[in-house]
Amino acid sequence: MSTAALSPTGPAAQHAVRRNHPFAWVQQSLTLAWRNIVRIRQNPEALADVTFQPIIFLVLFLFVFGGAVSGGGGWRDYLPYLLPGVLVQSVVFSTLGTGVALNDDFAKGVFDRFRSLPIARVSPLIGAVLGDAIRYLTSIVILMVTGFALGFRFENGVGYGLLALLLVLAFALSLCWVWVWLGLKLKTAQGVQGVAFLVMFPLTFGSPIFVQASTLPGFLQTWSKINPISYLVDAMRGLMIGGDLQKPLLVTLAWMAGLIAVFAPLAIRAYRRRT
Amino acid sequence: MSTTNRPAIVAEGLVKKYGSTTALDGVDLTVPTGTVLGVLGPNGAGKTTAVRILGTLLTPDGGHAEVGGYDVVREAGRVREIIGLTGQYASVDEDMSGRRNLVMIGRLIGLSRQQARSRADELLERFELTGAGDRVAKTYSGGMRRRLDLAASLVGNPSILYLDEPTTGLDPHARNGVWDTVRNLVLDGTTVLLTTQYLEEADALADSIMVFDQGKVVASGRPAELKAQAGKQSLDVRPAEPGHLERVAAIVAESVGTRPTVDVVNALVSVPVSDGTSMPVVVRRLDEAGIAVTELSLRLPSLDEVFLALTGHVAEQESTAVLEGAGR
Ligand SMILES: Nc1ncnc2c1ncn2[C@@H]1O[C@H](COP(=O)(O)OP(=O)(O)OP(=O)(O)O)[C@@H](O)[C@H]1O
Ligand SMILES: [Mg+2]
Repeated sequence: MSTAALSPTGPAAQHAVRRNHPFAWVQQSLTLAWRNIVRIRQNPEALADVTFQPIIFLVLFLFVFGGAVSGGGGWRDYLPYLLPGVLVQSVVFSTLGTGVALNDDFAKGVFDRFRSLPIARVSPLIGAVLGDAIRYLTSIVILMVTGFALGFRFENGVGYGLLALLLVLAFALSLCWVWVWLGLKLKTAQGVQGVAFLVMFPLTFGSPIFVQASTLPGFLQTWSKINPISYLVDAMRGLMIGGDLQKPLLVTLAWMAGLIAVFAPLAIRAYRRRT
Repeated sequence: MSTTNRPAIVAEGLVKKYGSTTALDGVDLTVPTGTVLGVLGPNGAGKTTAVRILGTLLTPDGGHAEVGGYDVVREAGRVREIIGLTGQYASVDEDMSGRRNLVMIGRLIGLSRQQARSRADELLERFELTGAGDRVAKTYSGGMRRRLDLAASLVGNPSILYLDEPTTGLDPHARNGVWDTVRNLVLDGTTVLLTTQYLEEADALADSIMVFDQGKVVASGRPAELKAQAGKQSLDVRPAEPGHLERVAAIVAESVGTRPTVDVVNALVSVPVSDGTSMPVVVRRLDEAGIAVTELSLRLPSLDEVFLALTGHVAEQESTAVLEGAGR
């Protein structure tokens, strides 16, 4: 056999450059986030769930229930109350997509490629989450633009208003680790979707997203006091239109920290074990 | 061979179970640096499982393996720095263009944007994908996708390369391209482990061959040794006129000294031979008798025949046979 004649273009340390840099994972995550954005540009119709869907929800609830819910004030009175709620609902629902997409990537073998590369374990997961932040942001922007067009104003000042938007985005980025974990744990994308909806409906409907918690039936009222979404919605309203702020905000931040502390490590472990 | 004589890949007693299926049942293998090992086996033999363990995608349930001197479980990160893996099923991102797929991998392993782009161009060129480079991989044919996948595993200039059935589904031209690529990589010092269902491919590329069956290594050796173990090559003659079958059979029997089998349906006369020396004799006699033939070939034993010889059973067909039996 021929001896290993290493030509200059042959396998060699031609480039082992930044591979071992301690912050290499940042660059890797950004590269993988870029991948998600490229994919969105390739399939813009995949954005339907963060564009048309939220608008439909907002308009539907506004005009169908507006009259009944606001007690005669009509939809104009209901809008300031509803918009923060729909923001939360839409953004929280769009976190589902992160888990479904990850599961799909695994099924298609793309992650086999990533897992055989010398990159940090967290990079593909952080990349997926960061890439999806674009989707969450899209749904926030779309809803705000629609809201403004319908006459919504930040009654508590623009600064607090923007803070509210940042809060719901940050909450989504924490919550999505649950779906990342489930997306890696469950066998099929349908499974992920099934479980996610099972969890999502009590979370969103057992909360003051659409109506004041006091109008909910008894057991849902109790539940809505535990439900983290209730606190998020209250904090959002506090920031966007004024009202109680401190307690809901603190509870929401605590939940966010808890979600990340529990589910990010679980997700990373599931990623490592997934075969 | 000089410098380090440490083998590139060493595995001892690899075991992998999936529930009640034992995919690998104590596999030992050694691949010297700079050589090609061909792993041959029927469906379900455990080839992919072995590749995935050596590629750090799976952890074994028993045994251990070292790749480039690093343990595949404890030092998986190190192993990933020196390997390239082309799995059995393409693992490219179908929603991105071929070029972007390659650039992404270059960026992931730490190339600068500039380096990643030129590496991508170079690989697209090498795998004749330049024209399709900017198209979404979804629109590629199966063979193009496989070539892109192969290119993807070469972005990092791996010194050890795993190819899981790299030519399944490729047309002859593309298959030859892959073979050439493998040969060139080996010339550059790359160690290659490839799995295949084709004895011909293992014969063409591998320095040594291992035959897997039901998670075990049932035979191993240099291609020539294996073929000798597997026994005979086969001399096939197909007369132009099906009516000449009997006469051809007689001539072949006379020249080779063994009674051939006559396949009336396919109008084919075949006889096992140990080498090609009887071929000219057959040709001359047929010519003398004025019999035209449409095919005259010396065929390597097929995988089925190798299997039959090495394992005493026909590869993979057992379950079908059972089903047929039950149907009666
Ligand atoms: N994820 C899995 N879950 C359960 N069983 C599996 C899994 N992967 C492989 N197996 C089983 O392990 C055995 C070996 O499979 P493997 O894929 O390694 O075979 P192979 O030699 O690559 O076959 P092929 O030629 O079809 O690719 C088979 O019986 C298969 O059914
Ligand atoms: Mg296989």
